[in-house]
This record gives sequence, C-alpha cells and structure tokens, in this order.
Amino acid sequence: MSQGSAIYPDHLKYTKEHEWLAVEGKVGTVGLTHYAQEELGDIVYVELPKTGTPVVAGEEFGTVESVKAVSEIYAPASGEVAEVNPALAEHPETVNKDPYGDGWLIKIRLADPDDLEGLMSAVEYRKFIEDEAN
Amino acid sequence: MPAAAGSLKKTPLNGLFREMGARLVDFSGWEMPVQFSSVLEEHQAVRSAAGLFDVSHMGEIQVVGRSALPLVQRLTCNDASRLGIGQAQYSALTTERGTFVDDVLVYRRAETRFLLVVNAGNADKDFAWIAGRAERDVEVTNDSSRYAQLALQGPRAEAILRACASIDPGAIRYYHFVEGDVRGARAIVSRTGYTGEDGFEIYLPPDRAPDLFKELLRAGRGAGLLPCGLGARDTLRLEARMLLYGNDIDETTTVLEAGLQGIVRLDKGDFVGREALAREKGAGVSRSLVGFELLERGIARHGHAIREKDREVGQVTSGTFSPTLRKSIGLAYVPSRLAAAGSRLSVGIRDREVEAAVVPTPFYKRPR
Repeated sequence: MSQGSAIYPDHLKYTKEHEWLAVEGKVGTVGLTHYAQEELGDIVYVELPKTGTPVVAGEEFGTVESVKAVSEIYAPASGEVAEVNPALAEHPETVNKDPYGDGWLIKIRLADPDDLEGLMSAVEYRKFIEDEAN
Repeated sequence: MPAAAGSLKKTPLNGLFREMGARLVDFSGWEMPVQFSSVLEEHQAVRSAAGLFDVSHMGEIQVVGRSALPLVQRLTCNDASRLGIGQAQYSALTTERGTFVDDVLVYRRAETRFLLVVNAGNADKDFAWIAGRAERDVEVTNDSSRYAQLALQGPRAEAILRACASIDPGAIRYYHFVEGDVRGARAIVSRTGYTGEDGFEIYLPPDRAPDLFKELLRAGRGAGLLPCGLGARDTLRLEARMLLYGNDIDETTTVLEAGLQGIVRLDKGDFVGREALAREKGAGVSRSLVGFELLERGIARHGHAIREKDREVGQVTSGTFSPTLRKSIGLAYVPSRLAAAGSRLSVGIRDREVEAAVVPTPFYKRPR
C-alpha cells in the first residue's frame, strides 16, 4: 500500500498514538491519522471532552469506538480545549471519511505553541508506521 | 499483533484475498479476512442485496455406516432421525452436563451417511470426541481439508447463484441441500447461513473455490454483491441472535441456558447430556442468555460485567453496534429472574456504568 504525502500531509505533526496536530497561531487542531481510522474501521462513537477542559501532552483526552474496537485518543500538546467538533456526535463516520478535514476532533488553545517536543514530521511518521507494520 | 503468518492456517482463497487487499486477521488459528471495504458497508450489502464470505475454516466431519444414525443420535441433542435425505438441522454435541462440546449443523446425505459441520477451532476436538465414542459399523473421518466453504447470503443470493450453477437454487428449501454441479465442481449447496438472511452455503473441493469466488463476485456485481469478512459476519449473526462458540456458548454453558430449547429433544431416546438437560428443564434454568440494548452511548464487549444495583450478576458474551438498528446491542447470561424483556441492568464498560434493558431476540428478523 502506498503511504503518499496525500495520506500524511506534510504540514501536520504526528504522535506515536496516531493523532495529528495542525498549529495555527496559538491554536492546535487535533485529529486521527488516516492510518488510525483505517486500523479502527467504521467509527460509531466519539467521546470528547467539553470546551474548557485542560489537556496534557501524551495523556488521554477521549475515546473513539469502532464496530471492531475501542481506542483512547491522546493529546499531542498541552493546553485547554477551545472547540469540539460538533458534527461527530451525529456523524462519527466523518472521521473515517475525512480524517484531516471535517473529521477533526478538537481544537486546543496551546499552552506553549513553540513546545511541540516529541511530535514527528510527516516523513518520520510514515517511517514510524512502516516500521510498526513490519 | 497477529501471530507470525507462517503459523496460521490458510484457506484456498488466501492468495486471492491478499491480491484484493483484504485485511487479514488470526481467527481460531486461521488467517481470515475481517473486512474488504468496511464492516458497515458489507453488513448493509447482505441485508439489502448480497454478500459473499469465505468460511473454509469451518470443519467437516463425516459419519458413515450402518451405525451412523445411532452414533449421531447418541452424541447430539437434536433428533437426527427426523432428517430426510437432503435435509440439515442445527444441533449440538453435548457433554454429560448438557453443555456444548460444539454447536454443529448435521446434514443427512444418505440413510447411513451424515456430515457434521463444526466450528474451526473445535474441529480436532470434535473429531476426537466423536471418533472416541464410535463403536462398530461406523466410520468417522475428519474431512475438513477436503472442503472449502463459501457462504452467499442476502435477498439476491438466489438469483446470483442461479447464474453460476447448473443446480436450481430456487428448488432448495430452507435447511435443505442438494449435491450437484456448481461451475464444474461437485458441490453440496444448502439453504442455510449465519446472517439472518436468506442464502446458501456451498461446500466444494478446495482447488475449485477461488474460481467460484471470483465467478460469484462477477455474477453479482450488478446486483450489489460485496465480498464480506468476519467483521460483518459477526454483526450479522449477532443481530439474528445466532450464537458464537467460545463467546456465547462453550463447555460451561448448557444448551438450555443458551435458550436453545428447540434443539433439545428429550423425547428422542437417550443421548449424552440428556439426564442433565432433563433435570435442568424440570427445575428451570438458573441463568439465561438474554439480549440487551444499551440505553446510553457505548459498546458492550465480550467479558464486560453485567450489574444489577452495583452487584455483578453476569457477563457480556457478545456485543456490538448493530448497523441495522443503529443501536448498541449484546448478549449476556443473567439470573433467570432478570431474563424478562424490560429488565434493567447496567454494563461496566471500562470505567463507566452504562444503563441497559433486556429486549426480545432476535434483534433483527428479516422481512418475509
């Protein structure tokens, strides 16, 4: 299977738990990677924290549940939940269909936008999942 | 992570599935496709059009000879003497305690010739169980490697099969079968399945299975047929309250607790487990396998605790999100006083207690 740049966009940062982070100013948008949604299969529930909830880099902030499995979601960076994707309660399958677009999970008001330690570039992430698959 | 691929058994379709890009997983020691496209899409295809499954991992045990019927009668709880030639029945191999060695399909191929279709993970155990209890005038063989099995399921299955077989699938009644030619292969075709839809199960020589699989896919393309994996098979069978050995039933659960009174024929004469089942029937079962629906978000999974007012009273045996009902459903053993529809329970899903209600089963019944 090809793991092209379309599947792992270059402008995003990635975690080992298969979340992505897009930073714009002081706000980071978080979602699941193509790899994660494909591994999970059809997503039927997404549990997310309320606006204002603090999140800590590397710690769990929600869960996604597919027909096959349940999986925790981890915060790529620390801060406070600024926005929650309202569409996912009714249409969790959006995460499968458009993981980098309409399927985003939360926006974080970042505690320190310059501190994104431990996150991978698209190239590193692609390498990481290839290694994980082997 | 799955076990090393080399240690898993493969069906004759394994190579084809790799080419198709199916997602393969370890199921009872077999490398099987869990999904081709999406569990929900495949599920929907079977309910509204048709789906094609490879179930070649299932085991086939032949019991042949003058004492074939007496042996089958002694080891299973349903009444095999009621089977005409060309007829099949759902039954169970029972222990002395009335629990399941396995749940099986019994096909009567001739007066003195039976084929037992058994679960993949139990085939060796079942064979040893049956062969070890066979006396004179009967031969028991484990023919699992001589058969591939395809399941063509869904409202359009009959029309699709008709296009591929010289036998007339329309002439096969529910739980009956014919032996005949399917694309040049000698096959057993039964009107049976594990999805709650109309459909067929086709047993054929392994080397002929890839061609038939491809041919059926081609014939069904215009009708909406999809190749389906074990993921959809599981959601389909659970909606129809068909039980899964190792999850819902095993050697610790009795046939009556599982709610399968219909296959327990106490009047047929003696059989292994009869005494225990007769006693249990007289006294009433202490626990029952019931269907439930979650009243809040979440999915119950095998092993989750069932509680009544903070007290653990049972365990979830199967649970999923029902694609047809758009609800979270499951099966669990509960004390019989809680078995009536409407009883309230809670399910411990990780760190949450989720409200649930007992509901009538099957969860889904196909429109006729």
